[in-house]
Amino acid sequence: MIYFDNVSKIYNDGKSIALEGISFQVESREFVSIVGHSGAGKTTLLKMLIAEDRPSDGQVFFESLDIHKIPKTKLPKYRRKIGTVFQDFKLLPHKTAFENIAFAMEANGRSDEEIAENVPQALALVDLEDKIWNFPHELSGGEKQRVAIARAIVNQPDIIIADEPTGNLDPIATYEVVQILKKINDLGTTVIMTTHNKGVIDELGRRVITMDEGRVVRDDSEGRYVL
Amino acid sequence: MWTAFKRIVRSGFVGFWRNAFVSLAAIFVMTVALFVFGSTMMLDKLLGVSLQNIQEKVDINVYFVTTADDAEMAALKTQLEALTDVEEVKFTSRDEALERFRKQHQNDNTIMQGLDELGDNPLGASLSIRAKETSQYEGIANFLAEQQGLSVNDPLIDKINYYDNQEAINKLTAIINAVERASLIIMFILVGASIMITFNTIRLAIYTTREEIGVMRLVGASNMFIRGPFMLQGVIYGVVAGVLALIMLYPILIWIGPGTEEFFQFNLFNYFVSDFGRIFVIMIVSGMMLGMVSSLLAVARHLRV
Repeated sequence: MIYFDNVSKIYNDGKSIALEGISFQVESREFVSIVGHSGAGKTTLLKMLIAEDRPSDGQVFFESLDIHKIPKTKLPKYRRKIGTVFQDFKLLPHKTAFENIAFAMEANGRSDEEIAENVPQALALVDLEDKIWNFPHELSGGEKQRVAIARAIVNQPDIIIADEPTGNLDPIATYEVVQILKKINDLGTTVIMTTHNKGVIDELGRRVITMDEGRVVRDDSEGRYVL
Repeated sequence: MWTAFKRIVRSGFVGFWRNAFVSLAAIFVMTVALFVFGSTMMLDKLLGVSLQNIQEKVDINVYFVTTADDAEMAALKTQLEALTDVEEVKFTSRDEALERFRKQHQNDNTIMQGLDELGDNPLGASLSIRAKETSQYEGIANFLAEQQGLSVNDPLIDKINYYDNQEAINKLTAIINAVERASLIIMFILVGASIMITFNTIRLAIYTTREEIGVMRLVGASNMFIRGPFMLQGVIYGVVAGVLALIMLYPILIWIGPGTEEFFQFNLFNYFVSDFGRIFVIMIVSGMMLGMVSSLLAVARHLRV
């Protein structure tokens, strides 16, 4: 489904190397964790996937599509195939949970009827039906992240990209968020997640790609957190 | 498509109200810009009218000798009228010239007495020629001088007064050109400054919502869907600012209207009222363009991939 073909990213005219000769592929319905120290290149890798950044060398494919050859006008359409979750949630502070999720559907041009139907469903999937009219500042960190996940899945993307989704959460909230991501994966959506959390990786028992200084150093199909 | 349009319009208005303070600042700046623009427009009109007035007063006068033959004078008039640069040629006969002279000096007994003693009419017939452009007078004067030169032995033309006025006419042409050029340059500078100020104000408004723009991009909103509300906000600023600028112009024009009437023989306030439809459209459309272009420029920064 996703192919990285010898991808390198060099900043500052060769002075700082973020990625070096990355090649791997992700199959449909896989749950892949990417681990590594800060600065290992995890986030840069994800940015390539959502076409926020382009490689200095090599190619990234989504199915048969070369992501960095997509014309600018077609990029929004491509991004709708991807749901994104971030460490800092990126919820809009003056919108309720419902409105935050509805916003993503509006941007996709979905009808008001669909929005009224799908938003509560997405919130139910993350166990937040009772917080539907709360604003982000009225929610805990774990709850905010679950709203963000609901927003990411509401448009039924092919793939979820989660960049350190548990980075700001306590252990219980971390557990809940990982369980939700697992559930989403079981329902058929590919998940790519970066993390620092050893517990999360060991608990998951899924594929782990380990990165160090811009290179893939390990790729285990039933990996553990080894650094 | 229709839902997207509805949402863009709605969030444009919501954004306008939510950032009320920034909206107010943007409207204020644009009002000043449009007020200056409107004033320049009025000044331009005033200058245009007064230049036209002056231009209409400029002419070349050809004075014929008193013994000039009617047919020859008529021939010269026809020749002049055939020139492409000539707008109008007016013939004043000897009798008409005398009558006008008497009228002008009817209170001056010495002149009237002298005229009566003379018995004969001392004045010659004349042609007054108006060119289409002030710069064309020289060509016409040259043509006349040539005609004068042709008939040295049997003179037809007594005097061409262009050469007396030449300096004045040249100066006037230079002034007209300079004023037109200067007002064009001032206009450009003011419009450029207005765009820059408005652009920065709107950029401020957009800066406060950059987070929202980031999220919109993330969830795959099209560029038009992101830009639309901001462009609409810019248009709203422009319309409101345009109306305010017109409201500001109104009392000022009432105040200076009589003054312009006296000085330029042209009442600017009457012009404003009679041509209000056109001025209204120009101001509002300029405001809308100003707001929209500024918004587009400001939001473009946040849309770069």
